[in-house]
Amino acid sequence: MGLAKRIIPCLDVDNGRVVKGVQFVDIRDAGDPIEVAKRYDEQGADEITFLDITASSDNRDTIVHVVEEVAGQVFIPLTVGGGIRTVDDIRRMLNAGADKVGINTAAVNRPEFVREAAEKFGSQCIVVSIDAKCVSSVGEPKKWEIFTHGGRKGTGLDAIDWAIRMVDYGAGEILLTSMDRDGTRDGFDLELTRAICDAVDVPVIASGGVGNLDHLADGIIKGKADAVLAASIFHFGDHTVGEAKAHMASRGIEVRRMAAKPAQ
Amino acid sequence: MTTLAVIDYGMGNLHSVSKALEHVAGTGVTINVTSDPKLILSADKVLFPGVGAIRDCMSELHRLELSEVVKECAKTKPFLGVCLGMHALLDSSEENNGIDCLGVIPGTVRRFAKGLCDDDGEKLKIPHMGWNEIFQMTPHPLWKDIEDGSRFYFVHSYYVELAKPDFIAGSTNYGGAFTSVLARENVFALQCHPEKSQHAGLQLLKNFINWDGSL
Repeated sequence: MGLAKRIIPCLDVDNGRVVKGVQFVDIRDAGDPIEVAKRYDEQGADEITFLDITASSDNRDTIVHVVEEVAGQVFIPLTVGGGIRTVDDIRRMLNAGADKVGINTAAVNRPEFVREAAEKFGSQCIVVSIDAKCVSSVGEPKKWEIFTHGGRKGTGLDAIDWAIRMVDYGAGEILLTSMDRDGTRDGFDLELTRAICDAVDVPVIASGGVGNLDHLADGIIKGKADAVLAASIFHFGDHTVGEAKAHMASRGIEVRRMAAKPAQ
Repeated sequence: MTTLAVIDYGMGNLHSVSKALEHVAGTGVTINVTSDPKLILSADKVLFPGVGAIRDCMSELHRLELSEVVKECAKTKPFLGVCLGMHALLDSSEENNGIDCLGVIPGTVRRFAKGLCDDDGEKLKIPHMGWNEIFQMTPHPLWKDIEDGSRFYFVHSYYVELAKPDFIAGSTNYGGAFTSVLARENVFALQCHPEKSQHAGLQLLKNFINWDGSL
């Protein structure tokens, strides 16, 4: 026995509401982020990730209030990503009660930002989010490229090289999203997950494409991920986090069983 | 009225610690997040948190003239060290090319070796991040209502190696057993983050609030 594999529900938050689209269209409302976070905590989520997709920077304060509110009631690690561009952004999120921040586009624009952030706040709270898309043709060796802007803008950066570089710069964890699979419910890109997990020594969270509970288990067993992240299967009542854990345990994966609540 | 001081020396997530304490503290408990030596020395109990790197931790403690305050509190009051607050109690740490710490508890802080593997030969990641089991090595009032082997949230690359095994209160496996909890008289210190360990962590904080420092 030892370290448990983690299940991380992800809340995409737009202007203070949880939303979820399929490959960035068809956005469906999935509720109030504070209520949703509390529900997942009660179901046994090991961490919760908030991804702020609010387009206007004027409304960025909304996510700070959400994190503050959740951090006062939910005592598991919280990660916030989306729009993290400066050391001040990070400080603001940590002060609000986040334990880690996810850095994505800002790292692509200026990789040194990751180094500065890790030196300032410690690698333990710096998660580098990688959105990768397969760019090799059928029959060629697999190759994935980093994309930004919700998968629309290629960067020319090789995903594996980029992951290694980000860890070298001080990333304490990698959140790996397959843009080919995100929102499809077809399962993780297991080859991509495996390739990144083998390449780096820090924990890797697999993301993008979960449609059923076997997909979560596959991410751990076949993809070698340390944690799995999913949104839709939890948001719309298909499965609870508890069911996901029971299923993973039935496939031989070590998961956290919740302890008894302290008596009032 | 009980007063609990959370030592604020600019290192890490004090918000989380104080929120969790507030959540479990009943009426009649005042929690002060403070760097004021007077408030810390006059508190009934002291929580010494910490996130980040040991060099910054020690230099901030010295700059704020809190090193002696921490040592004094560790002699007498119910004292809870968390994560870096545990490391700082030892003689020294390997982190940042070697840093002298407070020397309250004899021992050294070491880095997890590269190339660690689990029992199945799978590569273990560093930092050790996530929920792992703590096996209770000694009876202690802070273990009240916490099942042996309960999982707590860890995130660290360095661990405590005590000079003598006498003070090992909890042990965790990560490519081998390491000391995840130490206890000596009125001092109790953990590598994990009870403030982020849901029910088990809240129970431990509650036990600390109720602890008079005796065994």
